[in-house]
Amino acid sequence: MHHARSLARAPRVPEPARVARWAALAAGGVVALWLLVLNFGALGAVAWRAAGLSALGPADWAALRFTVVQALWSAGLSLLLAIPVARALARRRFPGRNVLITLLGAPFILPTLVAVLGLLAVFGRSGLVNQGLEALGFARFNIYGLHGVVLAHVFYNLPLATRILLQGWGAIPSERFRLAASLGFGPGAQFRQLEWPMLRELAPGAFLVIFLICLTSFSVALTLGGGPRATTVELAIYQAFRFDHDMGRAAALALMQFGLCALAAMFAWRLTLPSSLGGGLDRPVERFDRGGWGGRALDGSVIVLAALFLLTPLAMIAARGLPHVAGLPVEVWQAAGRSLIVALGATALSMAFALALAHAILALRGAGAAALEGLGLAALAASPLVIGTGLFVLMLPVVNPRDWALVVTMLVNAGMALPFALRLILPGLREVVATQGRLAASLGLHGRARLMIVTLPRLRRPLGFAAGLTAALSMGDLGVIMLFAEREGATLPMQLYRLMTAYRQDDAAGAALVLLGTSLALFWGFDRWGRGRAAA
Amino acid sequence: MRSFGDLIDGGVGVLQLEGIEIRQDDFTLRADLGIVPGARVAVIGPSGAGKSTLLGAIAGFVPLAAGRVLWAGCAITQLGPAARPVSILFQDNNLFPHLSARDNVALGVKPSLRLSTSEAARVDQALARVGLGGLGARKPAQLSGGQQGRVALARVLLRAQPILLLDEPFSALGPALKAEMLGLLAEICAETGATLLMVTHDIADARAIADQTVLVDAGVASGPYPTGQILADPPPGLRAYLGSV
Repeated sequence: MHHARSLARAPRVPEPARVARWAALAAGGVVALWLLVLNFGALGAVAWRAAGLSALGPADWAALRFTVVQALWSAGLSLLLAIPVARALARRRFPGRNVLITLLGAPFILPTLVAVLGLLAVFGRSGLVNQGLEALGFARFNIYGLHGVVLAHVFYNLPLATRILLQGWGAIPSERFRLAASLGFGPGAQFRQLEWPMLRELAPGAFLVIFLICLTSFSVALTLGGGPRATTVELAIYQAFRFDHDMGRAAALALMQFGLCALAAMFAWRLTLPSSLGGGLDRPVERFDRGGWGGRALDGSVIVLAALFLLTPLAMIAARGLPHVAGLPVEVWQAAGRSLIVALGATALSMAFALALAHAILALRGAGAAALEGLGLAALAASPLVIGTGLFVLMLPVVNPRDWALVVTMLVNAGMALPFALRLILPGLREVVATQGRLAASLGLHGRARLMIVTLPRLRRPLGFAAGLTAALSMGDLGVIMLFAEREGATLPMQLYRLMTAYRQDDAAGAALVLLGTSLALFWGFDRWGRGRAAA
Repeated sequence: MRSFGDLIDGGVGVLQLEGIEIRQDDFTLRADLGIVPGARVAVIGPSGAGKSTLLGAIAGFVPLAAGRVLWAGCAITQLGPAARPVSILFQDNNLFPHLSARDNVALGVKPSLRLSTSEAARVDQALARVGLGGLGARKPAQLSGGQQGRVALARVLLRAQPILLLDEPFSALGPALKAEMLGLLAEICAETGATLLMVTHDIADARAIADQTVLVDAGVASGPYPTGQILADPPPGLRAYLGSV
């Protein structure tokens, strides 16, 4: 009993579980601090350096109007078009269906400039569509301006909307369709009773996500918009900063963009956003409403049209670029190398951020956890150009920001990808804790050992997917780098943009194919790693 | 890692629940009882009475609103689950599905999995002892339900904690397999001299392996009673429960 008493009196050793909890909170706190700097500090810095905001002119208000109008059109059209496509995909089974659904995920990781080049090849001045129109004696279609911007955004977001809605259709229990068939529901009754309630639930969230994505559109507006009638606020920030050197105006525009995004994000808060951007949704629903030849023909043509719309631009990139890859100038390959480093760095950072935040969120619980999660997702509505401008201003007194262009790009990309990474990793971590937390605690698995032996192996799949998304997004990102970089430090998307504006079409096509290939390879590699040796 | 038992010389390892009270929303469970070392105790009572909660409190997963848990005269209430002199097997999730059977057992030696040669040999011995020699490289999904239970028992054997808590880990097994597991369990307890507390719904299990019984009913854990006696002449609460079985 002597030892027992001495043990009771001995100073309490800090328990490993408590140490691990504090470590998680500290790491999460550092990330949260960085996010605060990113989301709010940068804005403050812009406002502070501007030494007073310039009054906004009519052009700036026009940019605000254009931003909202194009985002409304883009979100509305994407969603409207996605309804028949998702419905057709849900109802039909055909060879290649799974491949098509997988491809629907591709635009998400497609570099914007590649998509724009592909769309130009189809809808551009001398693209396929205009050649056809001309042959038939019609007037040419002009892709530049509002409809071009909306077209590119629909190209991007139609697949996203389709996947969200397809999941909705998949979630309607097949028993209900059976019941509807046994009650003799016609197509109209079935739509009203089964499909409309699902759409009413999912559509607002999907609309808002796409609206948010389009609000911060920069590179699409840079390439297909421009001019007084088709400038987004993001583009206006870039122009004020880079060409007019008007910090006051850049700051005022940054505030405007921030307000716009904050407003939209507040709406998003009230709605439940669709939780999935990926994942498998390949369960065709057993349905009794396939209809006769009419319905089949309709669904078939919807699917073919959607596939053509999405695949032709990519096929054009591949066809035009392939002959020119071998002859690309060395700067393109150097830029590709820089981009690869940035992408891998951003991926490592983003995964570390997401893991730290997720652990801290689980350690906190309650209101603190909700606030932290909100902060992690806030970047969804953040503007890269505002953040970039702010970081530039913050760095200027200390270092030459242009020397740090790649590092800043890496950090901003990591922050931008964080919402997606967190969305993917947090549920996985919750599950690991729920199913294996007690076992780990009873065996004294804490801290590093727990992370390496239990958590990371169990999170491999979402980690791989999130890392793939981040790497591809970062590889193809053209945003902050445009504020910072000089001629010699370009990333691949920036190099591609230069080739495009210099009308070096062949080199641009080759570089676009390299960019596309690298982005897809990065995504595929990481995702594959996540799926490989998938544990039971 | 030193087990708690190392710190007590010749410990008279009485497990004492000293006026403990557990409160969860509108649920309350009180217990004031002692279990002698080496006892094999069945914990029985109606569903939802708090049997698992009681084990969770002893293992350190459920906080106490009042009272202390003492082992060998020393309060362990402030210790985390891994620092208590306890091994616990849950209803499910007793193994990490992505780790091999050997690694799952080895976690009982060292959570870092960096084993010395002699430690690795002990792991293989434990696997052989439960009849899984040669199956160490398999993942849990490649093992049958009974074999999975054996892996968990091999880890219990290796950790050699003085108190073993079972929260119905074998309830999903068929009758023959369950009997086999309980037999192995009885052997392991005899070898390590561990005190066993075992939640069960099956009176036959209680009769077969447990000489004593703790009854959890109406917010109170009482006992321990001699198993044969209490089953022959059950108090009203238990009688109602047994009648419904």
